[in-house]
Amino acid sequence: MQRETFLGSGDLGSASLSWPEKIWHFRWLLVLLLCAVATIGFTTLYSAAGGSFEPWAVRQMTRFAVGLTIMTVVGVIDIRFWFKAAYVLYGFAMLLLAAVEVVGMGAMGAQRWLSLGFFQIQPSEVMKVALVMALARYFHGLGTEDVNRPVNLLAPIGMVLVPVALVMRQPDLGTAMMLMMAAAAMAFLAGLRVWVFGAAVAAVGALAPVAWEFMHDYQRRRILTFLDPERDPLGSGYHILQSKIALGSGGIFGKGYMEGTQSYLNFLPEKQTDFIFTMYAEEFGMIGGLVLVTLYLLIVVQGISVSLKSRSQFGRLLAAGLMALFFLYVFINVAMVMGVVPVVGVPLPLLSYGGTAMLTLMFSFGLVLSVSVHRDVRIGRRAIMDGL
Amino acid sequence: MRGDADRYKTFTRRATILLGGQVALMVVIAGRLYQLQVMDADRYATLADDNRINLQLLAPQRGRLVDRFGEPLAITRQNYRVMLVAEKAGKARASVEALSIVLQLSDTERTRLLREIERSRRFMPLLVRENLSWEDVARVEVNAPDLPGVSIEVGRSRFYPYGPMLSHTLGYVGAASEADQDGDPLLTLPNFPVGKDGIEKRHDLALRGEAGALEVEVNAVGRVVRELSREDGEPGREVALAIDLEVQRFAYERLGEESGSVVVLDVKTGEVLVMTSKPGFDPNHFTEGIKGEQWRALMRDPKAPLINKSIAGTYAPGSTFKMMVALAALEAGTANASNTVFCDGSYQFGDGTFHCWKKEGHGSLNMEGAIRHSCDVYFYETARRVGIDRIAAMAKRFGLGQLTGIDLPGERRGLVPTQEWKRATFGAPWHQGESLIAGIGQGFLLATPLQLAVMAARIANGGFSVKPRLTRGIKGIDPDEVAPVPAAEPLGISTPSLELVFRGMDGVVNVPGGTAYGARIVEPQWAMAGKTGTSQVRRITQRERDTGVLKNEELPWNQRDHALFVCFAPVDAPRYACAVIVEHGGGGSRVAAPIARDVMRLVQERESAKPRTPVAGGSGDAT
Repeated sequence: MQRETFLGSGDLGSASLSWPEKIWHFRWLLVLLLCAVATIGFTTLYSAAGGSFEPWAVRQMTRFAVGLTIMTVVGVIDIRFWFKAAYVLYGFAMLLLAAVEVVGMGAMGAQRWLSLGFFQIQPSEVMKVALVMALARYFHGLGTEDVNRPVNLLAPIGMVLVPVALVMRQPDLGTAMMLMMAAAAMAFLAGLRVWVFGAAVAAVGALAPVAWEFMHDYQRRRILTFLDPERDPLGSGYHILQSKIALGSGGIFGKGYMEGTQSYLNFLPEKQTDFIFTMYAEEFGMIGGLVLVTLYLLIVVQGISVSLKSRSQFGRLLAAGLMALFFLYVFINVAMVMGVVPVVGVPLPLLSYGGTAMLTLMFSFGLVLSVSVHRDVRIGRRAIMDGL
Repeated sequence: MRGDADRYKTFTRRATILLGGQVALMVVIAGRLYQLQVMDADRYATLADDNRINLQLLAPQRGRLVDRFGEPLAITRQNYRVMLVAEKAGKARASVEALSIVLQLSDTERTRLLREIERSRRFMPLLVRENLSWEDVARVEVNAPDLPGVSIEVGRSRFYPYGPMLSHTLGYVGAASEADQDGDPLLTLPNFPVGKDGIEKRHDLALRGEAGALEVEVNAVGRVVRELSREDGEPGREVALAIDLEVQRFAYERLGEESGSVVVLDVKTGEVLVMTSKPGFDPNHFTEGIKGEQWRALMRDPKAPLINKSIAGTYAPGSTFKMMVALAALEAGTANASNTVFCDGSYQFGDGTFHCWKKEGHGSLNMEGAIRHSCDVYFYETARRVGIDRIAAMAKRFGLGQLTGIDLPGERRGLVPTQEWKRATFGAPWHQGESLIAGIGQGFLLATPLQLAVMAARIANGGFSVKPRLTRGIKGIDPDEVAPVPAAEPLGISTPSLELVFRGMDGVVNVPGGTAYGARIVEPQWAMAGKTGTSQVRRITQRERDTGVLKNEELPWNQRDHALFVCFAPVDAPRYACAVIVEHGGGGSRVAAPIARDVMRLVQERESAKPRTPVAGGSGDAT
């Protein structure tokens, strides 16, 4: 009762809670959903390794455990800290991206990885979260009218286009698209007029032929084979075709756990990373696929619900922006393996084997939890007055 | 804070729209899942099976070739070979080095192997060496710990235990080439053997058998994961030849270092008991893939070891042709048993002089004597009277100048000239002098040893058109494994004419003074009748006749005369006919007849020693 009064009257809100109390106030349904999806991921990785925890499942579990810890820590930390840290993190991510440009390691013909001795990270993954944070902070400072002043849009456009340009150089078409789409979603949530988006789409359409000129051969091939996958069934179209065969042959109920012939006999490429959904749906069928998609959607709903309850524009934009990003991951990956969008190399969150993606993802859910716990904290428009 | 309330309203509305859009997109995903996994499920299930199921052909074992008593002549033998699997070797290069010490691999073998290791998939077994000796197998097994990834495999390869002895008759097998493809999927298997020549080629379909099928599950790189089903094929059929291995072996050895041919026929059935062509080649070299230098040596050899001289070597028949001239004249009525011709050693015709082989002349001879002594002058005169066309017609009835139809590929038809043939070929009229030359089997005439044996058989069997055949029967097709013999048609030669020629040939061998008396068979029950022949290879000029004709021994090998002999036995009731040709061997009586005698003696000895039905265990000892 006392606390309620305090929360209700003061701007600091739940910021004064101790960290066990904050954990108590986590959105446990969201955490539960994350654990459920991650468990599906371990199960599938176990099957992908031919019925073995090695080499993928056990490491993925370790990462998820580390991720849960990160999420908890991030969730407990005051939302105003993240507000203050947003630009710093963005700058850090930018440095990492630039470092890839200089010393990055190639994988699959692209330079995306940065080696930190014992550990390799993918700066583009870090950048996605950092961009959402930076944009949330930027739009936090603008009123509805301010957002629609062209001069106020120059900064966010720059904040998006610089990392996009760097990511394109790696070249990583998927991440570039996700960065732009996440930024667009945030501008939309911040109140940018709808016709601006129409104009932007038109501009992109006009610029597409120019972009085509700058694309790498493999990117062009991906787009061409996306349009007609059977054009080259042994070459670039092979992945999509085999993925569709795996999905289709799974049927309604699937071939059964550890019975996916396409995956087992290695017709399915990258079954532990980008094409893990295919493997899952080959074994568990349409029923399994729908269950997983529904779980993802519930996570998004939870995140949006968090954002709607936040009393700061930063918190709202942060939570909703991160959910938009999360949704993009899921949608692009699943649509990709089903031949709905081009193969762009986007992992499926919580399922795909991969360290950086898992950790940044759990970091971002930590942010969502922080928004949720500190929903009553108000943050001033311009400066940080409240301190920490 | 009014502005914030405003922002909150906008945010709430837009977040709801965004969520709605996200739900809508997920519905699209669900729809796509439905489309792929329910509507198109059957199509994709089929594609998935196509992906994983691989049909492999199982090569059937090639049928054996056996002689008339079941003695194997061509078999499929186990063949030990060393294989290397790079994946299991770990360091494939090290294994190759170790192998090259154990097996003494040549540099070319080693570089080939290393190249294949780089090119092939790592789990594919690579052939290191085939046809290992037992010592090599043992050496590899003993050194197995130092040879990771190396294994000994048992394969199959065609083996001809008698090597060159039957090389031309049996032929050989080799990997199917582009031209061999006949739609049988077996031929697409790497190194699947098909008959390239001889009986192997003639009966390839029966020998080949039918493919079995093995359904296996494979993964994306083609590695076999497990066997799904297996359907065994039909092994190739066994083909029994009419050849009697013992006599064949004897004839082959009896020819020694000579280049030539021996053919023995059954005069009633036409079965070929012996078909030898020397020199031979080792067909085993061909099944293993012949080396370039070996091939070139065979091609360069002046004795033409690759040619089956029995069916593809054509020779002037020489005096062995005189029976045809005699029969033509007797049947035409231009000669009879009693009229005589006087031989003084030469015959004047037009402005030419035609010589008898006996310079001092034979004196007065009737036909029987003329055959016995092989008098050339008698046959110049006889041939002049009857004319080339009637001689040619008679020769054709006895199988000369046309294919005998033997069941072997590559037979040549030889040549029996006619007036019309000469006009058509040379655009020039026939000269009667050419009839004279033909009368002694020279000139344009050409015949194969098989044709001469057929000719002898048709005289021996009383004028029936027996046809030669090598195949006795095919197991599983012919009842009792012996194909029925088609009835021989009578040639329509009058018996007195045949008997006269028959008596002449009897005299050649069994009457003192006959040209082959020295080569007679002394046992009366096996006595043979025959006819010698010497076929001139070069032209003897008048100057040489003046200074004295060079003896054969004084000439280079390839200018010496061919020695010929045709015969049949026993005289009382002929059963076998034989033709012998020794290329550049000299005189028929001195060189060819003794070979024929020995062969014919052995054939009859075996005839009396063993039953005609096949006996288990096959070859008996005949001395």
